[in-house]
Amino acid sequence: MRYGLYPGCSASGTGIEYGMSTKAVARRLGIELVEIPDWNCCGASSAHNRDHLLSIALPARNLALAEQAGLTDIAIPCAACYQRMKASERAVADAAERRDVAEVIEMDIKGTAKARSLLEVFANDLEPETIQKSVVKPLKGLKVACYYGCLLVKPAELAIDSPENPMMMDRLIANLGATPVDWAYKTECCGGSLAITRAHAAVGMTAQVLKYAKLAGADCIATPCPLCTSNLDMRQKEAEKVLGMELGLPIYYFTELMGAAFGLPAEELGINRHFTEATALIKKPVAPAPAER
Amino acid sequence: MKRIGVFVCHCGTNIANTVDCANVAEVAKDFPGVVYSCDYKYMCSEPGQVMIQEAIREHNLDGYVVAACSPRMHEPTFRKCAERAGMNPYMVEQVNIREQCSWVHADKTKGTGKSIDITRMGVAKVAQNEPLFSTTIPVTKRALVIGAGIAGIQAAIDIADAGYPVTLLDREHSMGGKMAQVDKTFPTLDCSACILTPKMVEAAQHPNIEIVTYAEVEAVDGFVGNFDVTIRKKARYVDVNKCTGCGLCSEKCPKKVASEFEMNLGTRKAIYVPFPQAVPNKPVIDAKNCRFLLDGKCGVCKKVCPTGAVDYEQKDEVIVERFGSIVVATGFEQFDISKYEEYGAGRIPDVITGLHLERLMNASGPTMGKIKRPSDGKVPEKIVFIKCVGSRDEAKGRPYCSRACCMYVAKHATLIKEKIPTSKSYIFYMDVRTAGKNYEEFYARTQNEYDAQYIRGRVSKIFQVGDKLIVRGEDSLLGRPVEIEADLVVLAAGMDPQQDAKDLARTLGISYDQHGWFTEAHPKLRPVETHTAGIFLAGACQGPKDIPDSVAQASAAAVKAAGLLSKKELTAEAQTAGCNEAYCSGCGLCVAICPYKAIELKRISERVHGGTRERQVSSVNQGLCQGCGACSVACPSSAMNLKGFSNDQILAEVDALCQR
Repeated sequence: MRYGLYPGCSASGTGIEYGMSTKAVARRLGIELVEIPDWNCCGASSAHNRDHLLSIALPARNLALAEQAGLTDIAIPCAACYQRMKASERAVADAAERRDVAEVIEMDIKGTAKARSLLEVFANDLEPETIQKSVVKPLKGLKVACYYGCLLVKPAELAIDSPENPMMMDRLIANLGATPVDWAYKTECCGGSLAITRAHAAVGMTAQVLKYAKLAGADCIATPCPLCTSNLDMRQKEAEKVLGMELGLPIYYFTELMGAAFGLPAEELGINRHFTEATALIKKPVAPAPAER
Repeated sequence: MKRIGVFVCHCGTNIANTVDCANVAEVAKDFPGVVYSCDYKYMCSEPGQVMIQEAIREHNLDGYVVAACSPRMHEPTFRKCAERAGMNPYMVEQVNIREQCSWVHADKTKGTGKSIDITRMGVAKVAQNEPLFSTTIPVTKRALVIGAGIAGIQAAIDIADAGYPVTLLDREHSMGGKMAQVDKTFPTLDCSACILTPKMVEAAQHPNIEIVTYAEVEAVDGFVGNFDVTIRKKARYVDVNKCTGCGLCSEKCPKKVASEFEMNLGTRKAIYVPFPQAVPNKPVIDAKNCRFLLDGKCGVCKKVCPTGAVDYEQKDEVIVERFGSIVVATGFEQFDISKYEEYGAGRIPDVITGLHLERLMNASGPTMGKIKRPSDGKVPEKIVFIKCVGSRDEAKGRPYCSRACCMYVAKHATLIKEKIPTSKSYIFYMDVRTAGKNYEEFYARTQNEYDAQYIRGRVSKIFQVGDKLIVRGEDSLLGRPVEIEADLVVLAAGMDPQQDAKDLARTLGISYDQHGWFTEAHPKLRPVETHTAGIFLAGACQGPKDIPDSVAQASAAAVKAAGLLSKKELTAEAQTAGCNEAYCSGCGLCVAICPYKAIELKRISERVHGGTRERQVSSVNQGLCQGCGACSVACPSSAMNLKGFSNDQILAEVDALCQR
């Protein structure tokens, strides 16, 4: 299977583990990810607050480049990137918007490249058996709270799954042998957009997510969003202070858990890079690191 | 040349605001054949009609055009007006300069121009009109009521009291409908069963009422006064004539399944009556769960039945009966709350609906009237109600208000406080709508004497932590988020039409709105009639309604139905199709296309060149023809013509428009 890849900035920065584990897992599954040549920022955090045309033109350029490279399905790991790319894809389906955008980016868009969330690709495009076949070290007994965040499921017209009770990642995680827990905070906001401007407010929101994962009996949280991960992982100590309870919840990208179940070493997946200790839950690898193709 | 009059109506300011009516009347004077033209503020009013009648006599008019509102509104008015002046009523044409001109054009020049054009067309058509004469059709003096809930029961009793035989049909095993599931009724708090079941018995014992339960309408043929209805009586596997209703079979039946009547909170047997006061009180075997019918084992009910009423061989029975009028009272379904995933509906056992709570409060319900929560049987102390679940919510495809929920939540809060005095109810609402008689007083009492706390705002999320339900919402009056730890959450689920309402509408040939509610002929002036003559609506099949409204409407529908049955014969539609046999080639296209089965082919013999020749032509049954015009359109040789809308008349209109 061949997909375009829009890694976004986080894959080499705050969410470097996401980028590493995405590539390692795709390689193990035999999925070819072709990075869009000369891709640019999707404009996620600020463009849509400034200017509508800018906010759809930035992602549209990436889609146009993907088209030129002959890529149809663009796998996007970052939830924020996915949402902006999808919004842009929808916007340029309108002829007038497409004309405006084409003028700005000086490229035509035909609409052949589709924005797809990486989660959606792994959870829906692959047969459950394909995943199960690759599992060499089932995550038996690991209780996982699947945290989707807001960007993949809201607003409803861009959602990859139910905005209130998505189950896509839960099914994927279950195929790895782990046990997804039923909890209520799957799609609650982690406070990401306030993380810098009003940090205490953000910590309060992050703390709630962590608290309810803990109360649901989870050993760890799985996410598809670099921003959520930064908040949940980096601010866990502060959250513990706010809540007055111990948390110690490793925050994994769902791709890291896939990699661990596939028997890949923690270093290959970036699991050793977490703020909240995360290697202990993932026991010794059984397979050597796959060679770079 | 015919002498034609033109009367332009202002409809107060409805038309006059965007159409220059005087100008329309002035221009119309020059149309071919027009000998008199004027405008007036209200043509439909008494003085307006007198004016028309005087003009008919004074100017010796052969026909007239009235430019006014929709013919749907006032065509009968102006036809009768002509008749009183001695003119054939079909020499009148009404053209619509309100809905088609003034209401859709803001620009007065445009509105006036278009009004002139369509008046010109009307004049051209009247010039082609011929007098038409009605025939009469006999009336079968029996009514069918579909649905035996409170509305259907009331309608049946009223029609029967008026002296006409009624068949009251329901697809469930028993009469009673949704009201039978309800514990108490607002605003009087009388026991629902105590006021419903006597009505059920009254209907069942009425000499003019025949009860047919566990049966469905499969097809409806015929027309007003003479509907031929195909009814499928489903197999009960119990001979109701032999059964005495002793209940031994249910008692001994070994198979237990969840009871639909108890909202799956209790159980029933595979041979059962849905509730103790069921009418008829005769059991039915649920074929999907009966061990004998499934795999031939068991047969206990047959062995224990003292009268030998159990009959595993029974088959569905299909009968066709003729009725003069039909009352539709098929009611509603409770909205499916699983669409609200944010409320954990369907996943969290202690998030229930109003109808569940009715069963939990009912003395003959699964808990004997003790309010216990479904998950662990604990008596709840903190109860949260959420209103407008599946009502007034565009996002869930239910923009309409369910009308009954505000009051039933107030009733629930009152009753819970009486049953559990230490409890506390919180009620999340958007608005409180208490428009019925004594409703507002009831609502005030719920707040003041029963200590129910009303919180204005929507709940965004419900989830379970331990054995508590966390209800998170907003208090929009305080402008603050609120969170309540509740033991039980009751969703005031709104009303949906019956899932198969659209199928029934198609069977009956009546119309329905985008949600599936049956539509009345006119929302204000013909609220219980449908567009199909002889078919009337009662109760919540037309839209959400509470019990008092359903009963009131049922009586109204009954009067309409009985009024129809009281006639010796009905006047048949004069604007029916006719066949010009000289043109007809007997191809039969019209036979196939006629939705009312009103056309058949016949053989005629005619003289040709001294000899006689036999050939086939089509022939219209004037009693069955509804004047829809489908045959005229289908006819390849223009032999079929709809009287009042003949090809010549329509073409005259087109010519008038093109030649201006």
